[in-house]
Amino acid sequence: MQHLHEFLHMGGYAAYVWSAFGISFITLLANLVLPLNTEKKILGRIKRQLEKAEQKK
Amino acid sequence: MFGPFDKYAAPERFYLLARSLSPWLGWTSLLLFLAGLYGGLVYAPADYQQGDSFRIIYVHVPSAWMSLFVYMLMATFGAMGLIWKVKISDAMARSCAPLGAAFTFLALVTGSIWGKPMWGTWWVWDARLTSELILLFLYLGYMALQAAIDDRRMAARAGAILALVGVINIPIIHYSVEWWSTLHQGPTVSKVGAPSIHMSMLIPLLIMFLGFKLYFFSVLLIRARGEILDQEKNSRWVRKLVTNGGQK
Repeated sequence: MQHLHEFLHMGGYAAYVWSAFGISFITLLANLVLPLNTEKKILGRIKRQLEKAEQKK
Repeated sequence: MFGPFDKYAAPERFYLLARSLSPWLGWTSLLLFLAGLYGGLVYAPADYQQGDSFRIIYVHVPSAWMSLFVYMLMATFGAMGLIWKVKISDAMARSCAPLGAAFTFLALVTGSIWGKPMWGTWWVWDARLTSELILLFLYLGYMALQAAIDDRRMAARAGAILALVGVINIPIIHYSVEWWSTLHQGPTVSKVGAPSIHMSMLIPLLIMFLGFKLYFFSVLLIRARGEILDQEKNSRWVRKLVTNGGQK
């Protein structure tokens, strides 16, 4: 428990260290999730356009 | 000229390769991050001067390094697209920009957070920080240019020219701490001579470098896939891909 407390405390620099790592984590996560989502949306959009074209025939 | 890359110049083959490669790179980078974070946050001892605040190095330095690396890659892809008109080059260059901007943003922000307790200031207009900020503007300018031009080929050409003109900034950033007297410290890891940093602190940093590298390529390929799909949406292979439910 003492170790965990020291770890989180970061020698008094907790706010700086954890905000730096926190922003990094969020930024890297976003850059993974957003493009994956975009790819899915593009595939969906193309699919719908194809289906519309099929119906018109 | 391209050798082994010739085969993958075809967008369809590139797309499929990117799709199979991405997860491997991604999961490996996650393992490296976990190892690097353990090494940097737990294993490495506190710095005798900076205490535990020095641990910010483990996100700050890899981000900064990547911000430069990605720019050079973006400029190279741009040049390839300009000279040899390779479609995939254009897509790759375009995909680099938001990632490069993200790394630059991280380098600046984590550096600022680190600077506050160490230097007593969030910001200073020294050569290193200023030139890195300019890099951010270059990335954002590149992205704005892409968004402003509808025709993909034109956008790629304009972007490539901007990227190439901005290349001069990269050596300026890199050598800024040697050419000018800066508040920002000198290089942490130099290519010649033994590094001045202790092994227990250096190893996690090298692991984080590698993790950031593989992470970058993993998500670059994801972005590039989206670009290729959008670019090639009217082609037969894309239509077949979509009707097969995204599988092949």
